[in-house]
Amino acid sequence: MSREHFENWQLERDGENILWLAFDARDSSTNVLNAEVLGELEQILGQIEAEPPAGVVIRSAKASGFIAGADVKSFVGLQQPEVAMKLIQRGQALMDRIERLPCPTLALIHGYCLGGGLELALACDYRVVEEGSSTRLALPEVRLGIHPGFGGTVRLPQLVGTLTALELMMSGRPLDARRARAMGLVDAVVPMRHLENAARRMIGRRPPPRRAAWWKRLPDSMVLRPLFYWLMQRQLKRKVREGHYPAPFALLRLWRDFGGRRLQMLQQEARSVAELITGATAQNLVRTFFLQERLKGEGDKGYFNPRHLHVVGGGVMGGDIAAWAALQGMRVTLQDRSPESLARAVARAHKLFKRKLKRPRPIQQAMDRLIPDIHGAGVARADVIIEAIFENIEAKQQLFREIEPRMKAGAILASNTSSIPLETLAEALQQPERLVGIHFFNPVAQMQLVEIVRGAQSSEESLRKAAAFTRHIERLPLPVKSSPGFLINRILMPYLLEAVILESEGVPATAIDEAALAFGMPMGPIHLADTVGLDICLSVAEILGGAFAMEVPQRLRDKVAAGELGVKSGHGFYHYLDGKPQRPEVLLNDPVPADLIDRLMLRLCNEALACLREGVVSDTELLDAGVIFGTGFAPFRGGPINFLEQSGMEEQRHNMEELQQHYGHRFDLDEGWRHPELLHHEHHGQPAH
Amino acid sequence: MGQIQRRRGRPVYIVDGARTPFLKAQGPGPFSASDLAVQAGRQLLLRHPIAPEAFDEVILGSVMPGPDEVNIARVAALRLGCGDAVPAFTVQRNCASGMQALDTAARNIASGQSELVLAGGVEAMSHAPVLWNTLMTTWLYNWSRARSVSSRLHALAELRPAHLRPVIGLLRGLTDPVVGLTMGQTAENLAYRFAISREVMDAYAVESHRRLAHAVEQGWLEEIVPLYDERGNVYGEDNGLRSDSSVEKLGKLRPVFDRDDGRVTAGNSAQVTDGAAWLILASEEAVERHGLPVMGRIVDAQWSGLDPAQMGLGPAHAMSAILARHEMAVEDIDYWEINEAFAAQVLACLAAWEDEGYCREELKRDGVVGTIPRERLNVDGGGVSIGHPVGASGARIVLHLLKVLERNGAKRGMASLCIGGGQGGAMLLEREG
Repeated sequence: MSREHFENWQLERDGENILWLAFDARDSSTNVLNAEVLGELEQILGQIEAEPPAGVVIRSAKASGFIAGADVKSFVGLQQPEVAMKLIQRGQALMDRIERLPCPTLALIHGYCLGGGLELALACDYRVVEEGSSTRLALPEVRLGIHPGFGGTVRLPQLVGTLTALELMMSGRPLDARRARAMGLVDAVVPMRHLENAARRMIGRRPPPRRAAWWKRLPDSMVLRPLFYWLMQRQLKRKVREGHYPAPFALLRLWRDFGGRRLQMLQQEARSVAELITGATAQNLVRTFFLQERLKGEGDKGYFNPRHLHVVGGGVMGGDIAAWAALQGMRVTLQDRSPESLARAVARAHKLFKRKLKRPRPIQQAMDRLIPDIHGAGVARADVIIEAIFENIEAKQQLFREIEPRMKAGAILASNTSSIPLETLAEALQQPERLVGIHFFNPVAQMQLVEIVRGAQSSEESLRKAAAFTRHIERLPLPVKSSPGFLINRILMPYLLEAVILESEGVPATAIDEAALAFGMPMGPIHLADTVGLDICLSVAEILGGAFAMEVPQRLRDKVAAGELGVKSGHGFYHYLDGKPQRPEVLLNDPVPADLIDRLMLRLCNEALACLREGVVSDTELLDAGVIFGTGFAPFRGGPINFLEQSGMEEQRHNMEELQQHYGHRFDLDEGWRHPELLHHEHHGQPAH
Repeated sequence: MGQIQRRRGRPVYIVDGARTPFLKAQGPGPFSASDLAVQAGRQLLLRHPIAPEAFDEVILGSVMPGPDEVNIARVAALRLGCGDAVPAFTVQRNCASGMQALDTAARNIASGQSELVLAGGVEAMSHAPVLWNTLMTTWLYNWSRARSVSSRLHALAELRPAHLRPVIGLLRGLTDPVVGLTMGQTAENLAYRFAISREVMDAYAVESHRRLAHAVEQGWLEEIVPLYDERGNVYGEDNGLRSDSSVEKLGKLRPVFDRDDGRVTAGNSAQVTDGAAWLILASEEAVERHGLPVMGRIVDAQWSGLDPAQMGLGPAHAMSAILARHEMAVEDIDYWEINEAFAAQVLACLAAWEDEGYCREELKRDGVVGTIPRERLNVDGGGVSIGHPVGASGARIVLHLLKVLERNGAKRGMASLCIGGGQGGAMLLEREG
């Protein structure tokens, strides 16, 4: 038995002359493929080629998983396609060498196996995966605006068939061990205790490597390819716009032109990825990826390990926060005076658990963790208490007075309020420094962002605990200052109000929404206002209107007065049938003002600059991150400030001035336009461009 | 009996307790037995500054745990978050399983083996299994060994309608396997022996409902914690209560066990229900260390045996032994709970204690034991109105008796149950009056 160490790889030849090659990335808890790792692997392959063992098993020495993919940091700032091409071809060549090794090769996979990691596994003869619930296999490159580049577009269709492979690569969707097995992506699914035995067995028996059945490759034929291409691109167009997300379209074209021809396909795969990765979309999506990492870094799980959450208020918000936290493994007590509200919250939670967990035992465990608590016994046990009752100062203060004396030492108290200043609520407390804001967005299970609100009286410790808690329940904390509307509502509101003004000027709602969708927003502003509820929009608008002299359009007041509140009342700006808007088709000859999208987006961006100047968030990265993950703002544009900079600050300012001349005060330029230094007072840490 | 020593060892305190509402069986209910135990237990645990991992053991009584949760105590303990390290076991003494759990816990605390124990009882009678009969089990075994087509056809040809006749687990459980009588028939025996008429039994049942209705109205059943199901329903009260019950209405029901000539009906028997009850038991040290409240003390417990065909008289035997051991008279006990398996059976216990012959022959006493005042017995209703989820009732009556003592500022109480198979169990409780 011999052992040998590289910086990132451990080699061990066992008694049966099988080489166990364990990937153990230096100075990191996650294995990613970077230049150094690939360089060492090239050397190792040289040794193997010179003196082939009886078999090679590639595995990970990290507890969390196999390989998370290529190092995204190396994508940052790639501008020349030729440079990118070289990097990709180096990876491709490496995978080819693994595939050509004369001895059997096997990838032994536990935990995540993503992107380049899965492509490496595909280059092996066999794949054996651990059956556990953390096992995830995916080619998620499209989420970064590219597609697989280390031969995945060639090897995956060979293994699982053309249509399945294209679908997996276009969606980036992850597979658990069972699904991967059912698809033929892996050869065996075994419990952790049998991983090594299974690897030895496969290498000893050397069964012929898997191949997709012949009929699964039929769409590759010259005759059928155009038909399938046409069907698939039509389906794809219903989901995304090529202008926004070119990668899946590029992948489809790559297959249409070269599918089934291995050498050409490999060459063109590299070229296609090189072009995508140097484009604006991929670079912005990479920025968005790091913005997400930045938000994750805002909360330190190690600092605080809450085990019990107590939520007061069993309405939709409180109930959904409780359910989400229980889903993420926390013990949760949910307090409400009405047992019926609690029962409804439990039923909604059960639906969520069923959708997310699927299997009966994990569902039961989550249900056991969520405890309806009429008398509020959980207050004394909780590490984190979140108040989510109706927006009334006296009621909240009264509640805080009751809760505070019973709280555990070291626990924090949080309000989910969006309209009452924390400082006012804190007046009811003996230890006001324990109070922070933890502001969730609706629907809790879908909205990743949570605003961590710093009241004037909040202590550093409480804020750090709140952010840590947010990470423990897999949400993204955004630290914001306690000021009206915080960041997200404040930035959204001018945009929504401008949409309402446009509508009252006679622009069809459908046309307004279409313009926003074309910009890359996930939902049009009119539809969004209806979904949030026009009464809620109005009350937020009035609070912000008071604080920042924001005009509230009469049209909105009229709608609310008429009881047309949006989706929940069945009628708002649209009619709703079963919660679905019945909107007329956009007519091409409808008069749509040329400045429509500028009016919407520049009001949003103007408010973003104001927030930055006022220090609602501390820097540009947090602002862009917050707006992307809190509102769904086109991720491929990298956030509102990034959008302004990429589309030309000067030019946008000029547009703004014109709008102001046209429409008056609501387009008054924020001072922030004249202070570009605000934009470059960046956070020191991960590069985000 | 008299020579049995009174319990030695450390005092045993009851800290608190909680139970689910008892839900009438109407087809398989919304909760499995462990669901019931978990929902009652987790709300009880929340009230006290004890981590679920701090218990020394978890003991749960259950007559027929489901096939997925045979050691249901361990299932409940793990689901309650007591952790891997806390041992748990299930005890079975038929209708007194819940009281058995308390007694076992109390003995372990008294002897110094445990400081803090979570103990109780549970039963989901509506989930009692329906089984294949032996004919079918044999056939299935042969089928699984039949390999060839001809042997399979052969096996198929042997199937008869009789193979499909199911074994109803609940009915089997309520039938004495030694004397071959159903529990209802043993109650018929007692009604016959002590000449208890149908009218008297029905009147007792009506009173049970009336007392429960009054207790609900007064908010006296504060030991109940609500149950929530996954479909958004909440269950806050025992749903077997019939406030409009009357002797006339009950008089119309047909006897269920001895169909033609019997007197025991569904109306004057305990209801088949699902439910769970838990208590926290602690040593003096544990009470002090965790700063726990105290509801009362378990002073003594007694298990007695008698003719299985007369099993309903079990309480008369067990309670008599405790009184004798402590040299107490009926007047020394402030409140009584005798589980109402059947109205006839409770009435027979009372009659037995007033019957000189029975006291002399069966209880080995000189003279009668005495008369239990009705206004001190089952003051807030019993099994007939609340229901009798067999494994849970023993824990329920102890918990409720402590609540009754507290409410009335009283000192001493006796809780007792009859036990299918011919046993009686009783527990003597005390609180600082």
